[in-house]
Amino acid sequence: MFQHDVIVVGGGLAGLRAAIESSALADTAVISRVHPLRSHTKAAQGGINAALGNAEGGRDDTPDRHAFDTVKGSDFLADQDAVELMTRMAPECIFELEHWGCAFSRTDEGKIAQRPFGGAGFPRTCYGADRTGLYLLQTVYEQSVKRKIKQYQEYFVTSLIIDEGSCRGVIALNIKTGELVPIAAKATILATGGAVWIYSISTNSMINTGSGMTIAYRAGVPLKDMEFIQFHPTGLYPTGLLITEGARGEGGYLINSKGERFMERYAPKAMELAPRDIVSRSIQKEIDEGRAFENAYVHLDLRHLGREKIMTRLPGIRELCLLFAGLDPIDKPIPIRPAAHYTMGGIDCNSNCETPLKGLYAAGECSCISVHGANRLGGNSLLDCVVFGKVAGEKAAKFAKSLPSRTDEQLIESSLEREQKRVEALQKGNGTEEPTALRDEARLILTQKVGMFRSGTDLEAALDQIRRLRRRFSQLRPINLDRVFNLDLIRTFEVEATLELAEIITASALARRESRGAHVRLDFPQRDDENFLKHTLAHYAPTGPRLDYSEVKISRYKPEARKY
Amino acid sequence: MTKRKEDEIALTVLRYDPKESGEPYYQTFTVKATKDTTVLDALFQALENQDHSLAFRYSCRSAVCGSCAMFINGWHRLACSTLISQVGRDIIVQPLPHMPIIKDLVVDLTLFFEKYEVVKPYVVPTRPLPEKEWIQSPKDRRKIDLSTDCIMCAACYSSCPSVWTGKKYLGPAALLQAYRFAADSRDGIIRDRLGVVGSEDGLWRCHTIFNCTEACPKSLNPARFIETLKRTTTKETLKARIPFLR
Repeated sequence: MFQHDVIVVGGGLAGLRAAIESSALADTAVISRVHPLRSHTKAAQGGINAALGNAEGGRDDTPDRHAFDTVKGSDFLADQDAVELMTRMAPECIFELEHWGCAFSRTDEGKIAQRPFGGAGFPRTCYGADRTGLYLLQTVYEQSVKRKIKQYQEYFVTSLIIDEGSCRGVIALNIKTGELVPIAAKATILATGGAVWIYSISTNSMINTGSGMTIAYRAGVPLKDMEFIQFHPTGLYPTGLLITEGARGEGGYLINSKGERFMERYAPKAMELAPRDIVSRSIQKEIDEGRAFENAYVHLDLRHLGREKIMTRLPGIRELCLLFAGLDPIDKPIPIRPAAHYTMGGIDCNSNCETPLKGLYAAGECSCISVHGANRLGGNSLLDCVVFGKVAGEKAAKFAKSLPSRTDEQLIESSLEREQKRVEALQKGNGTEEPTALRDEARLILTQKVGMFRSGTDLEAALDQIRRLRRRFSQLRPINLDRVFNLDLIRTFEVEATLELAEIITASALARRESRGAHVRLDFPQRDDENFLKHTLAHYAPTGPRLDYSEVKISRYKPEARKY
Repeated sequence: MTKRKEDEIALTVLRYDPKESGEPYYQTFTVKATKDTTVLDALFQALENQDHSLAFRYSCRSAVCGSCAMFINGWHRLACSTLISQVGRDIIVQPLPHMPIIKDLVVDLTLFFEKYEVVKPYVVPTRPLPEKEWIQSPKDRRKIDLSTDCIMCAACYSSCPSVWTGKKYLGPAALLQAYRFAADSRDGIIRDRLGVVGSEDGLWRCHTIFNCTEACPKSLNPARFIETLKRTTTKETLKARIPFLR
C-alpha cells in the first residue's frame, strides 16, 4: 500500500510549492491527474504581484498598498487578515522563486521587471514576458526534481479516505493501469485548481472541471463563495483562449465597432486597467447594446505599441493570435470577448489553509481562504498559489509530524471497497443518457443564465434545469470498461462534478440578493453590506446544497464605494 | 465508401490496445469540421460520438501544456494548434513515432523525463544568495532567451534519428535544458554540466540533422543550443589540456 506523511493532490504551482515546503519536514508525495508540467499554471501569462518597487513609477509601492488594492478589488469580501499575510509574504516568496532560477524578465538595472495590471495603484506585476506561468511552473517542478519528491503521475483522485472526522488519504484511479488504489497519508493537501471549464466559453484548460472541489464537498467540507466566477475581459474570439491582461498593462486599447475607446464611459480614470469584473461587464454591455463587431466581439488593439514591444513583451500572445486566429497583432486588432476565467470561491479554509475536516488542507484556485473575495485582481492568483502553497505545505507537514504513525488497514480496505463499488455502479449504467451531452447542456445553461449578468428568474430556471440534468445523470448509458487510459470513465467523473458544481454555483447565486464584484443581480443592482457582507457556505446534502453564511474578517479597510 | 459531405473530413487514427496484445491498426472516423476546428476537436468528436475507447492526452488546448504532441499527416504537431484547414480533409494521426505506445495516441514518456533529470534541470548557485533578487542584466537574460520556452512535448525527441538508434542518447530536449541552465548567470556549476553533456551519451551524438528544429511546435531551435554547448565544451576542454590557453 502507498503511504506518506503528506500527500498533495495537484501538480500545479500551488501543489508543487506545497510539496517543496512539506518535503523539508515530512515524507511527501504529489498526485496529479496529468504530468505536473501539463498543469494549468503553465497557461498563466501576465504575471505575479508583489510590492517590490522595481519599476519606474512603482517606487512608493508597499505591501499595505497591495493589500488595500486587493481588498477594494474584492469588493470588500476578502478576509483582510489573509490578504495582509499574502501581500506581506509576496516579496520574499518572489525572491525565493528567483533564487530557484525563475526566468523573470529584467529591468535595465537587472532587477525583476514589473508591469501595470488592473486595479493596482502601482506597476506591481512581476513577469517573464507573457509566459510567467510557464516559467513559474518550470521552476517549482525543477525544485521538486532536485528534491526527488515522489510523484504519482496520471492518477485521478476520486474520493477522500475519512475516519472519525479526519482525512486519512485518498483513493485514486491509476489512469495508466485502470487500478483504483488507496494512498494513505496523515495530512492531505488539495491543490486541484479551478473549475471554469464548466462554462462553455472559458479561458481554462479542459482539465479544470473542479472535480477536486467536489471530493472535499462530498466528504462534508463546505464550498465557499462559489457564486463568484471571474470572467476575463479578453478571451480570444471565438475559442475563449486567454489574451493576457498584460496586453492592456503594456498599453493596449479596447475599441468598439464605432471606433471608440469605450472604457471612458465606465472607468474614466483606470480605463482599460479597471478590475476585471468592471472591464468584462463594460465589454458585454457594448456587445449587448449593438456596438460590437458581428454582434459578438470588440477589438483589443495593440498596433500602436509597435513591433518591438509586442515581440519582446507579448510574444506568446502574438503566437496565439497567429495560430488560432490567423492574424498578427502587429498589423491587426485582436477580436475578444469575456470568457469564464477563475473561481474566486472554493474549498472553505482559513489562512493556515486548514479546512474544517481535520488533516485536510487546500491551496490555490480550488481553495477559498478568501483572499480574492468577490473579484480577484490579475496577478494575485499565481501569488495566492505560491504563498498559500508554502503555508499549506508547512502546516500540513507539522500536523503530520505531530501524529503517531498508524495505519488502519481495515479502514483503507473498506474505503477502497466502497469506492470500487461506486465506480462499478457508475460504469454499469442501465440508461441511455450521454454524459458529455449532459455536460454540454450544463455548460450552456451556466453561460446563458449564470454569467456576468444574473436575475432571480434566470437563476431559478437554471437551477431547475440543472437539477433535471442531475436526475438524468442517474440514467447514464454503460460506461467504457477498458482498464488502460479510460477517458470515458474519467470524463464521467468530471461530468458528475460539473453538474454538482453547477447546482452549487447557481443556488449560491440565487441566494445572494445583491450585486458585489463579479456577481451582478439585475434585480438587486446595489451592494448590500447590511445583509450580504458575508461568505456563502454550501454544505453537502443529498437533496442539493444547504446554504449558510460566515463572517468576513475586516480589520483596517472599511467597506466604501468602489470607483475606478 | 459513402460520399463525404461538404463539412465532413476523414480522421484516420492509429489504434493500439495493450490488452488485445494484437497488432496496431487504423480506424477511420468521419467527423464534422469548420474553419476553426482543430485536430484535437476532431479527436474529441470521435471519442464522444463514435468510440468511447479512444485514448489521447490533452489539457490546455492553447499550445502550451505540451500534452498533445502527435504525428499528424507525417509531421510532428500539437493536435490542439493544428487546424483542419491547414492539413486537409484526409487526416492521419499517429502517436509520436519511435516511442513505446501505452494506448492509441498515448505514448510512454518515462525515458524522456529520466533523461531530462540527468542534466540537473535546475539552477545551482554557488555564491551566497542575495537578500533580494540576483541582479541579472538584460544582456545576461537574453542568453537564456528561447531556451526557457520549451514545453517538454517530446516532439523533438521523437523526431531525432540519433535517439532512434542510440537509446541512451540524452536527446534534444534534455540538451536544450542543459544549455538553459549552463547559460544562466545565476548558475555556478557549468563545468559539471559540461561534463554531463560531454559524456558518451551526450551532445556528440547529435549529428546536426535538424529534425528537432523542424519538429518543434514552439519554433525553437534545439540544434542551435546543442551546437553552442559543443563549442563551449570544446573550448573548455582545450583550455584544460593546453596550459597557455588558460
